[in-house]
Amino acid sequence: MPSPEQWTRPDPGAGPAATAAQPSPEQVIAGLRATTEGGAELTQLLTPEGERLADSRFDPYLADIDAEALRGLYRDMVLVRRADRESNAMQRQGQLGIWVPLLGQEAAQVGSGRALRPADMAFPSYREHGVAYTRGIDFRELLGIFRCTDHSGWDPAEYGFHPYTIVIGNQVLNAAGYAMGQKFDGKVGNADDAENEATIVYFGDGATSQGDVHEGFVWGAVYDAPVVYFCQNNQWAISEPTERQSRLPLYQRARGYGFPGIRVDGNDVLACLAVTRWALDECRHGNGPVLIEAFTYRMDAHTTTDDPTRYRLSDELEAWKLKDPIERVRAHLARAGGTEQDFFDGVDAEADEFAAQLRDFCFTMPDPPPERIFSEVYADTPAALDAQREEYLNYLAGFAGGEH
Amino acid sequence: MAAPAASPVDTQAANTQTMTIGKALNNGLRAAMEADPKVLVMGEDVGKLGGVFRVTDGLQKDFGEHRVLDTPLAESGIVGTAIGLAVRGFRPVCEIQFEGFIFPAFDQISSQLAKLRYRTQGKLKAPVVIRVPFGGGIGAVEHHSESPESLFSHIPGLKVVSCSNPVDAYWMMRQAISSDDPVMVFEPKKLYHSSALKAPVDTTATPDPLHSSRVVRHGDAATIAAYGPSLPVALDAATAAQEEGRSLEVIDLRTLSPLDLGPVFESVRRTGRLVVVSEASSEVSLTSEVAARVQQECFYSLEAPVQRVTGFDTPYPPAKLEEHFLPDLDRVLYAVDNALEW
Repeated sequence: MPSPEQWTRPDPGAGPAATAAQPSPEQVIAGLRATTEGGAELTQLLTPEGERLADSRFDPYLADIDAEALRGLYRDMVLVRRADRESNAMQRQGQLGIWVPLLGQEAAQVGSGRALRPADMAFPSYREHGVAYTRGIDFRELLGIFRCTDHSGWDPAEYGFHPYTIVIGNQVLNAAGYAMGQKFDGKVGNADDAENEATIVYFGDGATSQGDVHEGFVWGAVYDAPVVYFCQNNQWAISEPTERQSRLPLYQRARGYGFPGIRVDGNDVLACLAVTRWALDECRHGNGPVLIEAFTYRMDAHTTTDDPTRYRLSDELEAWKLKDPIERVRAHLARAGGTEQDFFDGVDAEADEFAAQLRDFCFTMPDPPPERIFSEVYADTPAALDAQREEYLNYLAGFAGGEH
Repeated sequence: MAAPAASPVDTQAANTQTMTIGKALNNGLRAAMEADPKVLVMGEDVGKLGGVFRVTDGLQKDFGEHRVLDTPLAESGIVGTAIGLAVRGFRPVCEIQFEGFIFPAFDQISSQLAKLRYRTQGKLKAPVVIRVPFGGGIGAVEHHSESPESLFSHIPGLKVVSCSNPVDAYWMMRQAISSDDPVMVFEPKKLYHSSALKAPVDTTATPDPLHSSRVVRHGDAATIAAYGPSLPVALDAATAAQEEGRSLEVIDLRTLSPLDLGPVFESVRRTGRLVVVSEASSEVSLTSEVAARVQQECFYSLEAPVQRVTGFDTPYPPAKLEEHFLPDLDRVLYAVDNALEW
């Protein structure tokens, strides 16, 4: 099998594959390899077949993960996937304006999210519904964004979960600044680890091309900020493969900034949990930042407006289905014994109920009133804006009861 | 035996020093940092060097490297990390070295800083101050003399002010840092160290509200509205006009977003004539907005169309030509004549 270096760097004179109007069969095969091969340095603790691999470096970070805890992670992923599928369906039925599916990325999100402590802070992009769930945010609170009744929802301070950031890469700088603040507040390197905090920021493979991500790496590094850069490499930035973003495996970029980078199997919830715990631990003790590349796959479209059949092969999807993040945990639990079919059936029933509640809630969400347009633009609202608000509401009131 | 109580006059004298705009900004920053340990100063060369204009001179020495941050050289990074620090509870004051270098930060300013409060409906606030030296007249190379304030004044969620004298420089800095809204302060770099504009600053006085304009010279023949580096030009024009027997009213706009045009409307209703002065290009600008709002509010009072004296609708020219580009006494008086002779 070719190494990651080989598939991310074309042969001399070959030219970038993606610029060709019609890729050659060899290029198609190379691309397929590119999206299924994690590379030699992939940290994996649970194989796609559900076999637990011993790992002297990371096993200590899973000391508390017994069968019961693993069943908890399984339940998390099933609920998140069910809610994601329900939301996708509701978009198809016209109940949501758009949905951003996370299908296939449940392990990366649940594993990393469950590694966080309550006092830590997470900065999401816009696909991190699974992380939001682990932070205790009701899935229903995410729907307003996609039903277009709101731009956010939850209280970021209460949940340690920043608002979704839609402009690609902006949040990496905001997270670096927040982590600098944690350090300035004396929340790093304390003998009492309970006093320590860290920040995690989520972004995708496409975002790594953004200047803000580069600057975010620079700021975090030169200020020794306690920030974990968590890149979910789901192989596709809408239609563009990761090789259009980088010649180098993304985790290797960390070296240029002077902090560790590590590639983890993003479909392995145990590996994501352990590696993120390790990275947060490093940050809390003053050894941040850390870059984690979670090597995963976006099994659905970029959003509900996207059509992946135009740019990728179904073979690729089929190959990744064999690495499903949920199935490998189910296989492991079943093989290890002690987990009965009743458990799996119970989780499925719970997921159905979870989805039904989501659906009921979504269908009854009211549209915001027109005055919502004008609320909370400023802490101290200018008189002219108040006047504009009053003028428009009076204008609307002029229609009340009248024919128009 | 108790010491005799200081008289009010003595107290005022003790709190009043005469200083330049640059020193007043420095004192304003210093006072804000003393009052609130969460206030940080960050930017390129703001620490040891004290900023290329020395506005942050001495602050790092007195407050330390964790309060005054010499940042990496990237403007989006300065503003982007300041937002994160603000979410964490700090009150960062960012310096952009020259206005022409602000554009890498435009995304963070427009997409995050201005919208964070609205996005979260008040659950988050972003009390970040962005200091921007702006304007021309210093004989500099490209990107060091521009006036992009209209671009930022157009963004809902941001507040934008500009100072033209030491008293405003001191208080605007204090008030901007206290504000829970993000505030951009456009500082007239040409005037930073002007001895002619030195003025006593009483740090115990009650300042005008941050977002208010102010009549700085009374008159009844015509009104001139200006801000920042154009304000001294407007005042000089009024002095010259007085020698010819024409009494001009001069208004310092001070706040560019939100505009405070009440005093302008009141003045135009008396004078019937308005000249708006700015170094920025005229098309789709703050001077356009003032003209539009004045025609809306003062339609029946106007005796002449609103006149504008501005930079031309070109990029900033090579500095050997900037005297032509920048509004000066003669161009302002020419516009006043046009308004009076309409």
